[in-house]
Amino acid sequence: MPNFATPKTKALLKGIYWKIIPIAILLYVVYQGFLSDAPQLEILEETVRNLYFHVPMWFTMTALFVISLVFSLRYLRGQKRIDDLYAVEFANVGLLFGFLGLTTGMVWAQFTWGFFWTWDPKQNFSAITLLIYLVYMVFRNSITDEKVKARVSAVLNVFAFSAMVPLIFILPRMMESLHPGADGNPAFSGYDLDGTMRTIFYPAVIGWALLGVWLTTLRHRMRVIKDKLYEIHN
Amino acid sequence: MRKDLLLEWREKNALSAIVLYVLSTTFVIYQMFVTTEPEVWVALYWVITLFAALNAASRSFIHENSNLRFYYFQLVSPHAMILSKMLFNVVLLGILALLSTLIFGGLLGFPIKSVKIWLVISLVGATGFALALTMVSALASKARNSGMLMTILGLPIIIPQVLVLVDLSKKALMVLPFSVYGTRLLGLLSIDIIIVTVALVFFPFLWKD
Repeated sequence: MPNFATPKTKALLKGIYWKIIPIAILLYVVYQGFLSDAPQLEILEETVRNLYFHVPMWFTMTALFVISLVFSLRYLRGQKRIDDLYAVEFANVGLLFGFLGLTTGMVWAQFTWGFFWTWDPKQNFSAITLLIYLVYMVFRNSITDEKVKARVSAVLNVFAFSAMVPLIFILPRMMESLHPGADGNPAFSGYDLDGTMRTIFYPAVIGWALLGVWLTTLRHRMRVIKDKLYEIHN
Repeated sequence: MRKDLLLEWREKNALSAIVLYVLSTTFVIYQMFVTTEPEVWVALYWVITLFAALNAASRSFIHENSNLRFYYFQLVSPHAMILSKMLFNVVLLGILALLSTLIFGGLLGFPIKSVKIWLVISLVGATGFALALTMVSALASKARNSGMLMTILGLPIIIPQVLVLVDLSKKALMVLPFSVYGTRLLGLLSIDIIIVTVALVFFPFLWKD
């Protein structure tokens, strides 16, 4: 696996060039998303535009949690502190996107189903997943010894991820639910999306995902700097 | 496996503490409700079993002092350690679930239509609690304020199982064919398998003190 701490990758991550991409994409998505025509269906009507925000948030969260898991596993193999710092920051930003996804979902639920919270399985389980990752955060803060903290949080990250997979992807599909993607049907089949929506939706996923990675790299750099400061002072 | 059984022979006072807990909470509930509707019965049962399980499982890793742990570290492999603790907790919580059922049934009536189904549901539930809480207890033992931490951290991990179990129990209040329970029971069992697998792979990392 490539080493992410080399000067070359660091320079690559700091560079401005790839960051213009998410900015451009998201500006396009927001503009087109609100001004282009959206297919009018009963109940959904204009709120289907939330698709450009709600779904990419969750996709981004999943992607960030996967990357966080990868770094946790790397830490368990090599015991390098930088892997642990990456893992925690990806989990942090993933959690942020998860909460945004939940909020956009609740707003959407208010318009289409009539309530912010419907005790729907998917809603419940995704909230619980976010709780479990919050547990991960609380755990990290409650251990003082750095090495033990890194090791325990790596194991807990694996645990939380293995809880997320059945909770968000497997269980809701098996249960009856208002949320699309229940009773055995996949949430996104080929003929579900209108042509216009696709041209905005796919870039939206990429844009939000890149934004998430950008936020993580920023937070990670802050953490590395704080870490070095502590080392110098202690 | 022999080492597993050796390690399980511990903490007999845990059982009596838990029995006392279940008895006292059920007695309090009995005083509060003159009659219980079936749904309330189910909810109360699972709440009490849940908190008794949290109490029970948190004793797994927290009681040991460091000398004893060092001795164990020399003696057995981490896999044997975690498996034996999980097995112990499964048995303990299984007994707890059955005891709760008896006490609840005795004091508040038994609205579940089929005893067989209820046995399956409560034992699968107890197993799920035991496995998840053993793992959380192993993690929490590394932190400072482990008692409270265990409870706080254990709850979100347990909640999905509780939700599914309550759903299953409500179905058990009516006479339904077994196929209705099949998917969810399978889901709970697969959660158990995932927990055990993750624990087996990753517990050695925790164990290297």
